[in-house]
Amino acid sequence: MAHAHEAHRTSMGLDSRKMAFWAFIGSECLLFGSLISTYLVYKGRSLVGPYPHEILNIPFTSFSTFDLLMSSLAMVLALAAVQRGDMKQGKLWLLVTALLGLVFLGGQFWEFSHFVHEGLGLTTNLFGSTFYVLTGTHGAHVTVGVIWLLTLWIQALRGKLGPANALTVEITGLYWHFVDVVWIVIFTVVYLIQ
Amino acid sequence: MKSWLTTTDHKRIGLLYFWTAFGFFLIGGLEALLIRWQLARPEGMGISAETYNQLFTMHGTTMVFLALMPLSAAFFNFIIPLQIGARDVAFPRLNAFSYWVFLLGGLFLNASFVAGPLFGADRLSVAPDAGWFGYANLTSRQFSQGPNVDFWLLGLQILGIASLAAGFNFIVTILNMRAPGMRMLRLPVFTWMTLVTQFLVITAFPVITVALVLLMFDRFFGTHFFVPSGGGDPILWQHLFWMFGHPEVYILILPAMGIVSEVLPTFSKKPLFGYTVVVYSGVLIAFLGWSVWSHHMFSAGLGPIADSVFAGTTMLIAIPTGVKIFNWIGTLWGGQIRFTTAMLFAVAFIAMFIIGGLVGVTHASPPTDLQQTDTYYIVAHIHYVLFGGTILGLFAGMYYWWPKMTGRLLSETLGKWHFWLTLIGMNLAFFPMHFSGLLGMPRRIYTYSADLGVAGFNLASTIGAFLIGIATLVFLVNLLRTYRRPVTAPNDPWGGATLEWAIPSPPPVYNFTVIPSVESRMPLWRTERHAPMAPLPERPPSPIHVPGGSWWPMITAFGLPVMAIGALSHLLPVVIAGALVVVVGIYRWAYEPFEM
Repeated sequence: MAHAHEAHRTSMGLDSRKMAFWAFIGSECLLFGSLISTYLVYKGRSLVGPYPHEILNIPFTSFSTFDLLMSSLAMVLALAAVQRGDMKQGKLWLLVTALLGLVFLGGQFWEFSHFVHEGLGLTTNLFGSTFYVLTGTHGAHVTVGVIWLLTLWIQALRGKLGPANALTVEITGLYWHFVDVVWIVIFTVVYLIQ
Repeated sequence: MKSWLTTTDHKRIGLLYFWTAFGFFLIGGLEALLIRWQLARPEGMGISAETYNQLFTMHGTTMVFLALMPLSAAFFNFIIPLQIGARDVAFPRLNAFSYWVFLLGGLFLNASFVAGPLFGADRLSVAPDAGWFGYANLTSRQFSQGPNVDFWLLGLQILGIASLAAGFNFIVTILNMRAPGMRMLRLPVFTWMTLVTQFLVITAFPVITVALVLLMFDRFFGTHFFVPSGGGDPILWQHLFWMFGHPEVYILILPAMGIVSEVLPTFSKKPLFGYTVVVYSGVLIAFLGWSVWSHHMFSAGLGPIADSVFAGTTMLIAIPTGVKIFNWIGTLWGGQIRFTTAMLFAVAFIAMFIIGGLVGVTHASPPTDLQQTDTYYIVAHIHYVLFGGTILGLFAGMYYWWPKMTGRLLSETLGKWHFWLTLIGMNLAFFPMHFSGLLGMPRRIYTYSADLGVAGFNLASTIGAFLIGIATLVFLVNLLRTYRRPVTAPNDPWGGATLEWAIPSPPPVYNFTVIPSVESRMPLWRTERHAPMAPLPERPPSPIHVPGGSWWPMITAFGLPVMAIGALSHLLPVVIAGALVVVVGIYRWAYEPFEM
């Protein structure tokens, strides 16, 4: 694959896979934009409780947010290591990124079950519906990212991931950072600005 | 057979798109004929209200998503790599995946016509019946208990994946796979309009996806996104739908505008008048296309400020559109015009699109629109722009490029029969709808009373529709004739200016023996500064590597309808099985040896 790619000249000088991925991220912006708009449109229009201020736990979610931000840092370190051919460090940071992603997902799982326990189900009110669909879609993206990272980690363990695949790791990173940025927006809109 | 199932060749995928979409076009046309049969006289011809609802819903959905978009995609696939001087698209397997998803999504939607017994319905057909726009609350479980709307919302989600995948693929192909010297402002206009269309696809389809997902949650899990009793707002559906729906209109028309911009210069023997302005007008139309969605909602009562803003932006779009029309007429002016069938369709496109466009400007104004909303006047408008515009443009493309795609010429005699029957038929069908609409005939109602005074107009529309049907049969005969009694086409039967005419018809699997270097916008024509491009060598000077086939795009695509069937029948294990097929397919795809 790597050999074939080097042989390819592209008109814009940017690798085709990377360009496609940027287009994909642009498209994803509209997806999350529509979900966040739906959340905002229905803000304050729930007919029954629990309402956001009664249930959202900002300190806990701040920790999750910090965790996700740190996973982006780990992703940067993973890419840097793979690019300079240090696969030992590369493997380590890929695994750390995935684990931090798993911690975030664990936190989301705890948060969801806690909310359900407090009486906020998917169909309880508009807040519940918009909240679960928005943060759930984001969680699904994190899940895909974790699986992707673990796939790369296993490839690295089997010695099939090296500096020649740096672009693959870079694209994984683009996805991971994007999912992280989306969370910053969701955290601000849903949790901080009540 | 196997080579077609696993193909990643853009030319074969283009032909698959063409025949599949043409098949769906015939199905959608049949639905239209049944609608017109029912409306031929007051009080109807015996089609029930339920069946009628299914017919107009499936007619709209089929024509938009299964006929017009994929017929354009047939040309994107076949022609774009040839026009930019590439050997294939950027991601050949993703391209195959798009096709299979489209085919399976279309079959899934149409399976609803015979799936009734599986869902314990008392009738054979449980086809979607809430309109192609699926307005809330018509679509809520309370008012639509059967699987009809489920087929619709799941089918459209599948089809959206096909469009998005193709969107990313063609954006990268056009930006990144151009031959040396093929600068952006040397791209043929069809390629340009395809690029603009794909940007609209990747930005508009996520919005409808979200709307469909929310509707799915309402129907499957009991949320209240669009259900007023739980605080939900049906108007939100309209916003999300039209935020997608209006860009979608340009997704349907811009490729046809691109085709016409290729056909007119070729048969006028003149460069396109004001190439740059035509390109930028297309880009501007796309930008403005994102700012007009609420003109579909004037009757929803958004208030005077929103109405005024959206009326203003809508009228603004008439400017770049008008610019294009003047440029096309300017191209004809003083040219050595040859009225081949392709040219006739292209010229008719301009005329019919002007009618549709002018009618469109009348409902850009909220006060008049309130009189027109949900009447046949709107039906007349959309058919002038989508039939008189898009379909005539696509027919122009078919006559123009069929020789390139198959190496065989279509009959010009049959072509002219096809053209005149289509033109007369469509005007007879759609022009009277302006009158029946303004006289107060509502759309989507299965009968009308003789007292309304629209019986004559309706009979005329029905006769026109059947003329279009006959015309389409003539076209089908013409297509099949090229297989039965082939007339071999030369490389460049029309004297075209763009790269696709520099290579044999049909092109060899590698397209170009050597990748050409491009020095002008019309490489095959003599211009003031440039001699025509030297002919390419007949044989490749060195062996050319061509990517092999792959099963995984088709297998991965197959998982999606399985998931949809699981959701439809509320069987979680089936959904999981479908998802597993997708996941396994993606992994095998990612790690199979596939040399680009």
